[in-house]
Amino acid sequence: MSTSQARTLSAPVSVNFDYTRSVGPTLAAFFTGLRQGRLVAGRLSDGGVVLPPPEFDPTTHDPVTEFVEVGPTGTVQSWTWVPEPVAGQPFDRPFAFALVLVDGTTAPFLHAVDVPYDELSVGMRVQVRWAEERVGAITDITCFEPATVPSDAGGGSPAQPAAAVPEVVAAHAAQLDGPLITPVNLDYTYAASPEESAFFRGLQEGRILGQRCPTCGKVYVPPRGACPVDGVPTTDEVELAGTGTVTTFCIVNVPFLGQKITPPYVSAYVLLDGADIAFLHLILGVEASEVRMGMRVEAVWRPRDEWGTTVENISHFAPTGEPDADYESYKVHL
Amino acid sequence: MVGFAQRQMAEFDGSPTMVELLVPLFAELYEQTGFTRKDIGFWCSGSSDYLAGRSFSFVSAVDAIGALPPVAESHVEMDAAWALYEAWVKIQTGEIDTALVYGFGKSSAGVLRRTLALQLDPYTMTPLWPDTVSLAGLQARLGIEAGLWDEATMAAVAQRSLTDAQDNPHAVRRGGSSVEELLARPMYADPLRKHDCAPVTDGASALVLAADDRARESCERPAWIGGIAHNVDPLHLGARELTSSPSSRRAGDAAGLDGIEIAELHAPFTHQELVLRESFGLRADVRISPSGGALAGNPMFTAGLNRIGEAASRIHSGEATRVMGHATSGPLLQQNLVCVMDGATK
Repeated sequence: MSTSQARTLSAPVSVNFDYTRSVGPTLAAFFTGLRQGRLVAGRLSDGGVVLPPPEFDPTTHDPVTEFVEVGPTGTVQSWTWVPEPVAGQPFDRPFAFALVLVDGTTAPFLHAVDVPYDELSVGMRVQVRWAEERVGAITDITCFEPATVPSDAGGGSPAQPAAAVPEVVAAHAAQLDGPLITPVNLDYTYAASPEESAFFRGLQEGRILGQRCPTCGKVYVPPRGACPVDGVPTTDEVELAGTGTVTTFCIVNVPFLGQKITPPYVSAYVLLDGADIAFLHLILGVEASEVRMGMRVEAVWRPRDEWGTTVENISHFAPTGEPDADYESYKVHL
Repeated sequence: MVGFAQRQMAEFDGSPTMVELLVPLFAELYEQTGFTRKDIGFWCSGSSDYLAGRSFSFVSAVDAIGALPPVAESHVEMDAAWALYEAWVKIQTGEIDTALVYGFGKSSAGVLRRTLALQLDPYTMTPLWPDTVSLAGLQARLGIEAGLWDEATMAAVAQRSLTDAQDNPHAVRRGGSSVEELLARPMYADPLRKHDCAPVTDGASALVLAADDRARESCERPAWIGGIAHNVDPLHLGARELTSSPSSRRAGDAAGLDGIEIAELHAPFTHQELVLRESFGLRADVRISPSGGALAGNPMFTAGLNRIGEAASRIHSGEATRVMGHATSGPLLQQNLVCVMDGATK
């Protein structure tokens, strides 16, 4: 089936947030070690040596407190080719992830291996390639690379207790500037529902479109995929006037990131005439202290050449000057 | 288990709240069971906002219920199979005797294999963004190196799955050829070929639970839940043996797998089915995933529920008398749930 336009509107959305965490003593030992160019593993109750050190022993559930320095060489236990890297991975060209059994440990460690596809093999000897600038993060290890130093006889040295580790832990608070930050950025294509798409396309033409529930007759704007009262699709399109009543409001006094208007200003629920659900928008063109419940307002549109498929086509709502609406007329919409 | 309905597609072009899919799914369930929404004592869903970047999508999805007067409702940020578990527990308390469980997810809205790196350890793993396909590749090669399976046994899983999917109208990937032909296809994430990996799938599904007479009145042959259990392995990949699945073994033992005729396994990668078959100790005559399984369609947050629904459908149809559905969640089969269903009450 071909149509002149897509069924629904969509737009790219980027979500960015940084996980900012304080690490406890176990991971602080590991990350401080990385910052110093050393691999610090934990010794478990069953004699296993694990990198990174787990915070609690999987058998006894006691905190892991015994640390040993391991590596920096190891053996590839498993590898996989990454033909199409995704954002944030150690390389932006095809590369391999591997499970490396670092010398002195008993369980594999996950990281990238910088070895051409044709030369990868299980059992190959590798060593850590350190980042030039180290901050105390897993990315202080750039990757593993083919080992340049011969391994000890037997394929790995027994783990030696890292005498300096208690100092490492103590040094953490003094050396790390703050908590560990893991930046997270996610990119999506966000699609509106068919009803929302009709609403936004209407706005592009200067119309406010809602939909009516065929069961209870309530009119929703913006329209929803289903009537939240009856759980049936809202099918009948209704065009609404740009006039309405302030049902409730708040005066924004607090500045926040991304704020476009200087406080104080009013954010309000406007019950458009003919609608059964209030619509959140700004009230401007009047002192914040003058805004009140029941105030009659109308949509103020931006210049037509600025219109898009967005609710921002309506700049704000402003008072009409009509007498206030009777409380009885909107009390069920609060 | 008295009703089941599902929708799946490679790419859903609507809102991530998926109200548009849930409304007809619920209607289908009312039709199957004779219940109306007023008959449902509890609603429980599984979904995650990370999947498509829409905040509180599970709250918006409640529109599909018609929640006035208010309903008893809950949500898990896991496959909806775990929502089913919550609903089952609530029924066991005697507080309710009916529940509708649903899940939804729009995997195609982002880069799924990357988004799922957020379920890893946030300090030592997520900053490397190990994608799900890469992790599965590492696990697959460990098994190959250990002689537990090889590329041919992996391809045989895909071949059976895609052949069975031929009869599943909901499959987004189907059509077997031969193990030889599959092996002749190029490597993707060596050692995985694309058919070793479940397709990115959007979808929603829903099923209805009912107790005792409410079940008998709403379904000719209810699938009685005889055992249900879930279990978890450590998150750290270095802290567990990756070529086996202790948590699925424990869940299977707790649920009781004796006499199973059909096992719907939630294995998003071919070698993971081999891990699960070993874990559950399934006899050779147990039919595995006749729907085609997750390799034919793996909608996030419902693919596990679908395995339970598909297995129950075999009891509804009279085709089987004892079946199991399995669901997995987390990286590399970390969390596993087993639901065993019978055609007769004990």
